[in-house]
Order: sequence, then structure tokens, then C-alpha cells
Amino acid sequence: MVEETILETKERKKAEKLEVVFKAIFGFSAITVGLIIPTVVFIVLLAESKLIIEKKGLIKFLLSQKWDPVSDEFGALPMIVGTLISTFISMLLATPIAIGISIFVVELAPRWLKEIIRQAIDLLGIIPSVIYGMWGFLVLAPFMATKVEPFIQRALINIPILNELTSGTSTGIDVLTTSLVLSIMIIPFMSSIVREAFEMVNPLVKESAYALGATKWEVITTVVIRSSIPGIAGGFIISLGRAIGETMAVAFLAGNRPEIPRSLLEPFTTITVALANQFTEADTELYLSALYALALILFITSFIMLLTAKIILYRLSRNGQI
Amino acid sequence: MLKEKIEVINLNFYYNNNHVLKNINLKIYEKRITALIGPSGCGKTTLLRCFNRMHDLYPDNRYEGKILLDGKNILDKDADLMKLRSKVGMVFQKPTPFPMSIFDNVAFGLKLKGIKGNELRDRVEKALKDAALWDEVKDRLDESALSLSGGQQQRLCIARTIAVEPDVILFDEPTSALDPISTAKVEELIVKLKENWTIIIVTHNLQQAARISDFTGFMYLGELIEFGSTKDMFIKPRNKLTEDYITGRFG
Repeated sequence: MVEETILETKERKKAEKLEVVFKAIFGFSAITVGLIIPTVVFIVLLAESKLIIEKKGLIKFLLSQKWDPVSDEFGALPMIVGTLISTFISMLLATPIAIGISIFVVELAPRWLKEIIRQAIDLLGIIPSVIYGMWGFLVLAPFMATKVEPFIQRALINIPILNELTSGTSTGIDVLTTSLVLSIMIIPFMSSIVREAFEMVNPLVKESAYALGATKWEVITTVVIRSSIPGIAGGFIISLGRAIGETMAVAFLAGNRPEIPRSLLEPFTTITVALANQFTEADTELYLSALYALALILFITSFIMLLTAKIILYRLSRNGQI
Repeated sequence: MLKEKIEVINLNFYYNNNHVLKNINLKIYEKRITALIGPSGCGKTTLLRCFNRMHDLYPDNRYEGKILLDGKNILDKDADLMKLRSKVGMVFQKPTPFPMSIFDNVAFGLKLKGIKGNELRDRVEKALKDAALWDEVKDRLDESALSLSGGQQQRLCIARTIAVEPDVILFDEPTSALDPISTAKVEELIVKLKENWTIIIVTHNLQQAARISDFTGFMYLGELIEFGSTKDMFIKPRNKLTEDYITGRFG
């Protein structure tokens, strides 16, 4: 009897020790990944960007439109604008489609079709981005150049502003095709998160809306979507991050022209593409520093977007909108 | 003066080929409270959900027989379910406020009917007053309904239901998630609602049925074993099963 108790205590002590060890390991990983690595990355980017900012000045670097490394001209504006435009258009295309898909899968599709679509969309999400890039370059871009873009141009020719936005030679290597492929890439992410949010809506709340005489459509557009705003916002943020940071597919399709595009049918470039293409070519310290500064801009932009999204979500939840 | 509001005739209900309700015959009287009691799985909630055809939201259901509401069979193939549900309202076992403001919750069903402006405001106010909630929320109609306490939320759901002025209100164990004080308030409210509405309530709580209802139906294994005035049933039940149940011998 006595022996047993001692044994038990020994084992318990061992378990307690193990607990301390695991706590230390997990705590260390959490702090490293969550705090130390981002901080170190940020400091390195800041330190390396110092040279270009001192030489050219921050404002000039951000707002100058000329990027010509040979003559030591480094203006980041074309890349910044390119990143923002392609991200914006791809989100504009992807968000309604992702929400629509989720509504269909959760509320409208018959059970057997639900499962098929769900699996197919998840599959889209695991295709590596280089494959999207190749497909976009070899299949979609020629199709856009010969069929879709001339059609759009003809259709919009008499509408002011829109005809300006679609002027130029249709090559398929441009803002439109890039944004289209980007949106195809982010739809699976967004729709799987939005779908989960829709599935989480309390069935009793839905039934309550039906019990008040609402039609299926009224239940979806009011109760289901409103209850899912946090999920929709979450999906939006993750997709935004992916669209901003996407490099490989964009590198195939953007055309890599460091100028602000005047129309959706012009080639352009983004921060990520400029970084990927030019790091190996950076032969001067100033050039290298300019690229680091671009990376810093991307880092800060992503950070600000995430922060804004979180603040909006926090405000919404505090006001009880969701 | 008893007037029939609903008559259930030979109702059978099948769910996934399970025979869940067996040959139910029942009369619901206008402006009275009818309680449905019985052990878990006896079919009382299933029966309740036939009255507004909630089952139709899910696949693999089949009704047989008739349910006459004001003499019209609501189980007809061409019955307009949206219209039926605005005539037969329902309050659920847990408060189910929508994620919107208190005002918008009550206005929800009214807006569906196309009611706007001053009329909307007046009817929301009236519904909240009828649900004995107005004094507690009149200064914060724009706040989220989720900020209310559980008992207030349930009265809000009642306000939301009576706002569309149905004829009948179905209560599915409306106090099962509430504390005793909130329960008392909701019960008091239900009794008050009897002045204007026909009420059917499913409850696990026998004392509740005895306290508030005029008629009681006892169900067991999908059958309506006994139906009659609440007083009679609790004092001298005719059926042995009913007696065993209300004296707590099983449940």
C-alpha cells in the first residue's frame, strides 16, 4: 500500500517535469514565431532600406514613377500601384463569386452535388501557384488576347471611362488577365472560409426567420449573411494577404513592365514580381537597398491591411452588429 | 364559449420512413392555451412543427391526414407556406435573436410584409408593449439584440412573433433555457397573450402545463394518449399511462 503511493508520487513528479519541459518548448516556439521572427525581419528590412531612403528621400522613393536601375532611378510607385490595382480587381471579382458559391453549396445545392463541389473547390486551393501561372500564360492569356479582350473593347467602346480603361492592344499579358487568375486562386480560400461560416449559423435562428414567413432567399440575404459577417471578413483578410503576396502566377502574366498601367489591357508589375525578378540582377548597393525598401513597403502594407481588418471586425463585434 | 381554431384529423407523419406521429386526432380551441406533454421522443415537438409545416424545410418528410386551420387544410399540396407561417407563429426552445438591433428584430417579419415608416414604428412599439418588454428596451432600440439577457431575448422573440399578428402562436419549450425568474415572466406573458391569441405550448415541465394551460394533450410513442381539460387530466386522468406520467412514475 505504502509502496504504491510512493510509486504514484514518483510518476506524478515525472509527469510534472515533462509538463514544464513541454511548456518551455511550446512557449519558446510560440514567442519565436509570433514575435521574434517578424521583428527580426522588420529590422533587417528597415536597416537594408536605409541607404536608398537616405540617398533619395522617402517621399521621392514612394512617389517617383521612374524605375530605371541602370541610371540609378528608383521610384516605387509603379510597383505599389500595380500591387494595389491587381489586388483590388481580383478581390472585386473573387468576393461575390466566393459568397455565391458558398450560398449555393450550403443552402441551395442538393446533397450529392454539395459534396462534389466542396471537394472540387478544395482541390483548386492546393494547386501550386506556378501551375496557375503556366496555365494563365499558355492557355488563358492567348484566349483573352484573341477572344475576350477584343470583345470587351467592342462592347465598351462608346462608354466613357470604361473605354479608356480597356484601350490598347490586347495581348493577354496585362492587368485584367493577372487579376482574373489571381481571383481564381483566391476563390477557394475565401469560399471555404465563408462556407464554414454559413454552416455555423444556428439552425434555430434560420428556422425563426422561416417561422416569420420569410422565403429561402430572404433568410439567406438577411439572417445567414448577417450572422456570417465575421467569417466573410476573415475569408476576405486571408484572401487579401494571398493576393498581395502572390508572386509566381503574377510573374508569368504581368508582363513585368515597371510603369503605371493606363488601362486594364496594359502590362505592369507588382512589388513581389519586381523582387523575384531583380534580386539576382541587383549589382549595386543602392539597387539592392531599393529592393529591400520595396519589400519593406509590402511588409508594412500587409500589416496595415490586416490591422485595419481586425479593427473593423472589433468595432463591429463591439457594436453588436455581428 | 369555446370555438375550434384548429382540428387535426387522422394525422400521420413519417420522417425518413419512420412512423413518428400515429393517427393523431385533436382539437385546438381559440384563445385558449393547449399544452402538449409527454416524455422525450414522444413526438410532441414533431406535432407542434406540423402546425406551421416547419418540417418542410428538410427533406424526406411525409404527412398524411388533415390539419384544418379555420376549416382550411394546411397540409394541402398547394398551401402557401409563407402565408401559413405568418398566420401561425413560433417561439423556440432557446432565444433566437437575429444578429441585428432590437428594433430590427421586431421589425423583421413586418418588413417582409412590406410595412414601412410610421406604421412600422408603431407596430414594433405595440409588439414590444404586448410582450412586456417595452419599458426595458425603449431607450436602446438601436442596440444589438444580443446584448439583452436570456429572458429578455426570449420575450423579444415573442414580440417578434406577435408583431406580424398571427392567429396562433406555437411555443416549443420556451422556458427550457431560462432561469426561474425569467421563466415566471415568460409564463405570465403567455397567459396574458391568451386574450388575443390561440396558443399551443410544448413543455417538459408538468407544473408549467398545469399552471398555464386550459387543455392538455399527453403523448407517448407518437400517439396522443389522452386529451382533455387540464384540470381534469391532472386531477383524474382517464388513462393509466397518463396517470403514471403525471405522478412521476416515468418520464
